[in-house]
Amino acid sequence: MALLETRGLTARYGDFKALFGIDFAIEAGETVAIIGANGAGKSTFLRAICGLLAAAPESIRFDGAAIGGAAPAEIVRRGIAMAPEGRKLFPSLSVEENLRVGAWSQKTPGYWNLSSVYELFPMLKERRSTPATALSGGQQQMVTIGRALMSNPRLLLCDEISLGLAPIVIRDIYAALPRIRQGGVSLVIVEQDIAQAMAVADRVYCFQEGRVTLSGAPAALSRDAIHEAYFGH
Amino acid sequence: MMNSAAPRFVIATRTPVSTVAAFGSAALILFLAALPFLAGRNVMQNMFFILTMLALAQFWNLLAGYSGLISVGQQAFVGLGAYLLFAWTILAGVDPVLAIVLSGAVAALIALPTSFLVFRLKGAYFAVGTWVVAEVFRLLLAQVKILGGGTGTALPREVTNDAVLVSWITHLTGARAAVARDMADYWLALILAIAAIGLVYGLLRSRRGLALAAIRDHEAASGSVGVDATRTKRLVYVVSAFGAGMTGALIYLSKARISPDAAFSLIDWTAFVFFIVIIGGIATIEGPIIGVLVFWLIQNELSSFGSVYLMLLGALAIVIMLFFPKGIWGTLAERFDLHLFPIRRRLEIVDRAGSPDDIDLRPAPAAHVHGGKP
Amino acid sequence: MTAVLDTILQGVLLGGLYALFAAGLALIFGVMRLVNLAHGDLIVLAAYLILLIANTLHLGVILSFIIALPLMFAAGYVLQTGLLNRVIGNDILAPLLTTFGLSIILQNAMLTGFSADSRRLTSDGIETASLPLFNGLAIGVMPLLTFLAAVAVIIALNQLFYRTALGYAFRAVSDDPVTARLMGIDDKQLFGIAMGVALAVCAVAALFLGLRANFDPTIGPGRLIFAFEAVIIGGLGSLWGTLAGGVILGVAQTIGASINPEWQLLAGHLAFLVVLAVAPRGLFPRAVD
Repeated sequence: MALLETRGLTARYGDFKALFGIDFAIEAGETVAIIGANGAGKSTFLRAICGLLAAAPESIRFDGAAIGGAAPAEIVRRGIAMAPEGRKLFPSLSVEENLRVGAWSQKTPGYWNLSSVYELFPMLKERRSTPATALSGGQQQMVTIGRALMSNPRLLLCDEISLGLAPIVIRDIYAALPRIRQGGVSLVIVEQDIAQAMAVADRVYCFQEGRVTLSGAPAALSRDAIHEAYFGH
Repeated sequence: MMNSAAPRFVIATRTPVSTVAAFGSAALILFLAALPFLAGRNVMQNMFFILTMLALAQFWNLLAGYSGLISVGQQAFVGLGAYLLFAWTILAGVDPVLAIVLSGAVAALIALPTSFLVFRLKGAYFAVGTWVVAEVFRLLLAQVKILGGGTGTALPREVTNDAVLVSWITHLTGARAAVARDMADYWLALILAIAAIGLVYGLLRSRRGLALAAIRDHEAASGSVGVDATRTKRLVYVVSAFGAGMTGALIYLSKARISPDAAFSLIDWTAFVFFIVIIGGIATIEGPIIGVLVFWLIQNELSSFGSVYLMLLGALAIVIMLFFPKGIWGTLAERFDLHLFPIRRRLEIVDRAGSPDDIDLRPAPAAHVHGGKP
Repeated sequence: MTAVLDTILQGVLLGGLYALFAAGLALIFGVMRLVNLAHGDLIVLAAYLILLIANTLHLGVILSFIIALPLMFAAGYVLQTGLLNRVIGNDILAPLLTTFGLSIILQNAMLTGFSADSRRLTSDGIETASLPLFNGLAIGVMPLLTFLAAVAVIIALNQLFYRTALGYAFRAVSDDPVTARLMGIDDKQLFGIAMGVALAVCAVAALFLGLRANFDPTIGPGRLIFAFEAVIIGGLGSLWGTLAGGVILGVAQTIGASINPEWQLLAGHLAFLVVLAVAPRGLFPRAVD
């Protein structure tokens, strides 16, 4: 049974329909990337999974349980965490306080805690008392990921973690992903940087205008096929 | 290049219902003007209450509903206007009718520098700020001994009974002074209510009105299209003070007795107005009209219950805010798309020629703006 | 000279009471951007509650206060989750009118239940006790305790907000309620807890209000205005700033009163307006807004 799967997932913003029946699955231990142009529905998809957007209950299953439309707090409790698009750090909180807030839903200790996150991103430990939004873009992204890890999720959703960052910084962040996988976390990565996505993913989905246009292992996908799926021609 | 076959657009506000309403209102106004000859003092006094509260509601609605400046301090200018009337008539011997207008004008003048202070606060803090202003006015006027200080004072008979308008009415109808005063007060209230509605309506139909809607919806964005939000808000604040000042002057001319606590009463001049506007429908002109009638009915039936009555009013206001935030009229208007006082602007494409792709959205040559006076 | 010093001292201690009024108001605004127009009436309600407990259970005022504390917390939680959570949002009209309606309901309910008579909390003469200082000056024990209580409450609230997980959650929700939900925070419940804390602080304020002076159902709005002025003078975002604001307000009032007793309130309002004109963000605003 897949760790997370969606069947015919649709989502809308008011009158605007953004997702037109997405079928998706990720097994435990996998890293799956979602690529696509702006407005393709990638972030919408992640928001629906973590409960920020309404969805039909049966259309999203986590560990077999129907979670579509459940409250975000409930979904975090079940073990899905999100590093949101745009980082969304809390400006009034320091780096360490942001991390601690991530552990709000934690009842029992797990692998990921303050010290293991600092081990993953040593730079953050030096700046633990700085207001989180005073850090550079790359460091903020590390805080965002660390904060999500603090709830010891089994599934981590990463929404555009490379957005606005310099290539060398992106490389540093992606270098941390294997450690995260070792810590028992499966990953769904939404990326606009196709090369980076293909390099780390076990499987790739391509979205276009709210639909899945391509899926498969990176090795099996030709450049032309990806181009067609991404742009539509 | 002008293509006479290309479609042109016009901005329209008139609706079929509003046209009917326009004729209906004209008839209603004539009827109301004739009322003193048709009905007794009791009716006139009740109508006076209804009309003055309606005027207050329109001015508060202008500030809060249309401009988003929620004020909890309208009593500041009601009381100020009232005290100014007493000052003009008792101390300067000015005729009451002229004094009403002067009181409004001076209230507006005082509102101008006040606005610089209160506008430094935003949102709910602005609201409490207006309340503090009212308190300051109240405390200051309670120190003015020649107008009665803390215990207040009364208007002498020469002011009330020998006023030009009252004498004229006594002369014309042969009624005795008290009745003539009621008639005078009533007609003044009718004029004030009509003027209030007219002023608010006119303002909203003007370009300033469009600016107001933009400011209320999104102040920052409105600035980017050239709307001077602060100046427009200041204008509305001053106009609202002008209206509240005149209304306060008229109300206390009628009461002929004033005290700081009464003139600056939060309950009478703000709480009741709140209630009227939200039960009727905020940000509509029709709403306060319905609201004041409903309020008058409730007031009539229940005000003898004192504290319990006020509790009921408060509870009712909360229930309306929770379940019918648009009020009676607002809910109806949305349901049936009714607009008696049309303010919403619609884009109408006039004579569409050619295929849809040919649409030339340049405005028609002469300034064609529909929606003339109803 | 002694007279001036005495006036200022009285004003500083009075500021403690105003800071107690203001702390709950500032807390709620900080966490959920709500200005509770019924805040003053809730303080008065707490005072009547303490009185009720003292009279029915024949207990001393301190014990009654201790019993009232959790009751007020519960009342705050219920008020928030039952009513106010439904009206907070981007629109300011709904919460403003709702809390205004609540204010009217509370005042009139108390009038009906307790009558308009002035009441007082008593505690075996401590209200009139005084400590002698230098130069013939003396300070009342009650005002001193009030000021110390204000300091204690502020220290406690700061500890709560800056040293506990609950505090991080409060600040997170205040920054970004949507992202806070992604952390598993139930913002509705958290707002309820915040209101509970605020009403508990109101109970503290009520204790010292009632011990210091007479109270009746109608004095709520006046207390709200003092609280509001203290917050604005001090500056949003800092509870120590609120204490400073309360002190400035208190001193302005006592100086005004020493010139003419009728000018006490006016002097306070004037100080408020001057600060508003000259430093609209308050005298000690937080750097990050």
